[in-house]
Amino acid sequence: MASPTPPSPTGPFRLLGHRIPYVEGPLKVTGRAEYTDDLRRPGMLVGKLLRSPWPHARLLSIDTRRARAMPGVVTVLTGERYPTPFGVLPITHDETAIAVGKARYIGDILAAVAAVDELTAERALTAIEFHIEPLPEYADPRVGAEPVAEPIHAPGLRGSNVQKEVVQHFGDVDAAFAQAAFTARVRCRFAGVTHAFTEPLVTLAEATPDGRLTVYSATQVPHYLHRTLSEVLHLPMHRIRVVKPEVGGGFGGKSDPLPHEIACAALSLETGRPVKMLLDREEIFYTNHGRHPTENVVRIAMDRDGHLLAYDIEALLEGGAWSSFGTVTTYYNGVLAMGPYRVPNFRYRGRRVYTNRPPSGAMRAHGGTNIRYSIEVALDELAEHAQLDPFDLRSRNALPPCSTTINQFRITSTSFLRCLDAARRASEWDTKFRCLPYGRGVGLGCGFYISGSNSPIHFTPVMPQSTVHLKIDMDGGITVHSMQADIGQGSNTLLAAIVAEVLGADLDRVHVQRVDSDVSPIDIGSYSSRVTFMMGNAARRAAEEIRARLVNAAAELLRRPPSELRVGHERIEVADQPQVAVSFLDALHKAMENSGALTASGSFSTQKLGGDFKGARAGTAPAYSFAAYVAQVRVDSETGMVTVEKVWAAFDCGRALNRLAVEGQIEGAIHMGLGQLLSETMNYRASRLMNPALLDYKILAPDQMPEVEVLLVGEDDPEGPFGAKEAGEGPLVATLPAVANAIYDAVGVRCRELPVTPDRLERLVRARRAEGYAWKEDR
Amino acid sequence: MSRDRPLELTVNDQPVESAAPEERILLDFLREDLELVGTKRGCDLGTCGCCTVWVDGRPTLSCLTLAHLVKGRSVTTIEGLAPPTRLTALQRAFVEHGATQCGFCTPGFIMTASALLRDHPHPSRPQILRVIGGNLCRCTGYTKIIEAIEAVAREST
Repeated sequence: MASPTPPSPTGPFRLLGHRIPYVEGPLKVTGRAEYTDDLRRPGMLVGKLLRSPWPHARLLSIDTRRARAMPGVVTVLTGERYPTPFGVLPITHDETAIAVGKARYIGDILAAVAAVDELTAERALTAIEFHIEPLPEYADPRVGAEPVAEPIHAPGLRGSNVQKEVVQHFGDVDAAFAQAAFTARVRCRFAGVTHAFTEPLVTLAEATPDGRLTVYSATQVPHYLHRTLSEVLHLPMHRIRVVKPEVGGGFGGKSDPLPHEIACAALSLETGRPVKMLLDREEIFYTNHGRHPTENVVRIAMDRDGHLLAYDIEALLEGGAWSSFGTVTTYYNGVLAMGPYRVPNFRYRGRRVYTNRPPSGAMRAHGGTNIRYSIEVALDELAEHAQLDPFDLRSRNALPPCSTTINQFRITSTSFLRCLDAARRASEWDTKFRCLPYGRGVGLGCGFYISGSNSPIHFTPVMPQSTVHLKIDMDGGITVHSMQADIGQGSNTLLAAIVAEVLGADLDRVHVQRVDSDVSPIDIGSYSSRVTFMMGNAARRAAEEIRARLVNAAAELLRRPPSELRVGHERIEVADQPQVAVSFLDALHKAMENSGALTASGSFSTQKLGGDFKGARAGTAPAYSFAAYVAQVRVDSETGMVTVEKVWAAFDCGRALNRLAVEGQIEGAIHMGLGQLLSETMNYRASRLMNPALLDYKILAPDQMPEVEVLLVGEDDPEGPFGAKEAGEGPLVATLPAVANAIYDAVGVRCRELPVTPDRLERLVRARRAEGYAWKEDR
Repeated sequence: MSRDRPLELTVNDQPVESAAPEERILLDFLREDLELVGTKRGCDLGTCGCCTVWVDGRPTLSCLTLAHLVKGRSVTTIEGLAPPTRLTALQRAFVEHGATQCGFCTPGFIMTASALLRDHPHPSRPQILRVIGGNLCRCTGYTKIIEAIEAVAREST
């Protein structure tokens, strides 16, 4: 298949590949970075939402008269005013900004108030009266997978609450199992977890008398918000302006267009005044869209020589009240099993079931985390049965570069074997595995993740996934516009560095402008680990266009053909006589003699990938990341406390363009993955979330964070910008199984239910001892 | 809401003569009344540390502090830590070490860790971990934050 971009320069690079401090760092460390809640507008009202105390109820009537009559209350909105359904995926529009007809979970939005201050708005909420009919409450997806009396949405399969069912079969799984020498079967249960970004959800909307609406919001996907506002509020997109100030973390939790964003905009349209809506932490937990509570069963067949023969996977996902990204999640929980190993036969059945709980959605390493855990734990068991070292089992089955999986994923670059090699050596695996004393252990877990979803969510109109605009005027400053959303991952820095690298310019010449749909060309946003790959290619193309014009201008000044010139640091020079040169500014001023400011646009479109069967697009990506992590743990068998001492994280992100940012992504992803494994849980009693607060939702504290040794061993990807692939989500997935397998090595128990809290682990250890056989003590 | 009562205090070394109701929270007073929005609101419950400021030099959760409780005292926010356009050694280290990603927790961390380094220029690793344990970061895994603090400690005489 032809490469979609010209070959990347191979370096050496002046900036890329080094440690590049984030360009907005000085603003963030001084408190000068501007987040949505830092903005205020004259005459601004406060928006507040009334949330359902009922998990499932028919709304018979709503009386807002008393609330409206209160002094200081400007308007009260209920669902009927803007009832157009929406959702992040065009095929599953099942949300409304404010509930229409039914409340579907505790926390569902029933009404919105705009008032002159917060206290008045909150008092107005308490004055709204409802008549409701309670409906049966569905908290258990196993119940909802069967026919139910009162489906939460339009009835799914056989009158159930099933939102999506995926069935795929490639090859012949049953035949493969019939000839297998070794098989493993693992059933795991995963509690839901949530993003817990530090910046609250917040939106400021301002409708103006010129018929326009400006919406500032803490979003990681400004473009989908823009589309959704237009659909629900019935305003053409060109009359809506979406601005993304700094965003204090997203991890997927700010990627859906969220109902409060629409409700806030609606309040502004109704009142003609600016309205700010800041959600409190409890509301953010209800908004959720975190990782799906999941139960999966993974069966793996392997031959006598340690070659994998088949995967047979079932997954039951608890979707909560809305679809969100759930159709994609349902596919991902199967198809993201298709790497990093060659699997010749594959069968998957996945179901996602609505429940009367806060919606599940996309969270960092979306759809790839829970299935990865079960597979890597099952492989650890298989290795033990077959008396193979876990590394050897994996290297024997590694997907080769330039190959195709059985479900037709195109694999281009993979440095998975280098990851295995690096992790094995750095961790001194061969002296530790099954050799450390009881209570201490090492474990291996591997990873595979998409470097950007190949398919955009919207197909109309046909357009690139990313576009970047550059402008350079006589001052020599390089202005960059793009709707890519920096949410802390460092995409602005990468964008600036790519432009500066191509142009030979100092980094301080480049100014990446705040996302503003009036001026930023569309990039579809920060999700699916797509930004480095897609925005990076778009930025490189835009910069190369400017570079060509600068080189041509320099050629005129130097009276040399452009082919003899090259771009140096802040200058353009004759390649074999570098002392003969013109400065960046001289070349620029020459180039703009006739045209004025230089402008250029670069874009990146994905080509069609994948097969022609139903669901073939799910999981296709222009490249994939690979990982091999070794974790070393200490387990206190008396208390069940796990101390993760160290993680060796070998990762293939192609060429790491900003090592500082890649390390930061890996360290942060490990912290988040450890949280899901060891302590984080959305704790429900039936439909009620019991811990909607950061005090009770246990994120690991600084003293629980292990030492991390980052091993970047990726070779250049042929299509990634300068050889790069993603490093945002893939670094999470290997963490959980590496630690779980290390716990097994330490105390001989398998963790099937997450999180692995001390009480659970202590029970497992005690049960194993009660069975009367020792683990390692006797070795 | 009760009536405004006079409130005099020092904020970032400047005397402030203001007025606020009894129940005004210090975080609201700083962000809304004084427009010092560098101090962040993350949870309103004292669990995330984003709102950390100094009261008489001591790190304090402004979301759990009534404004009138600091009457007559000296409050320092992230805006008052260094002259505008200048960075402290710790702020520089945060930038150089990539200790800030989304940046929302950063002002709180800077306030907490600056006080630590002021009182203990060479803190031990356990001391650092204990002190920053009240600040939540969801991006970095704390690794680079600890590196930045230790880098400043190393350079300090």
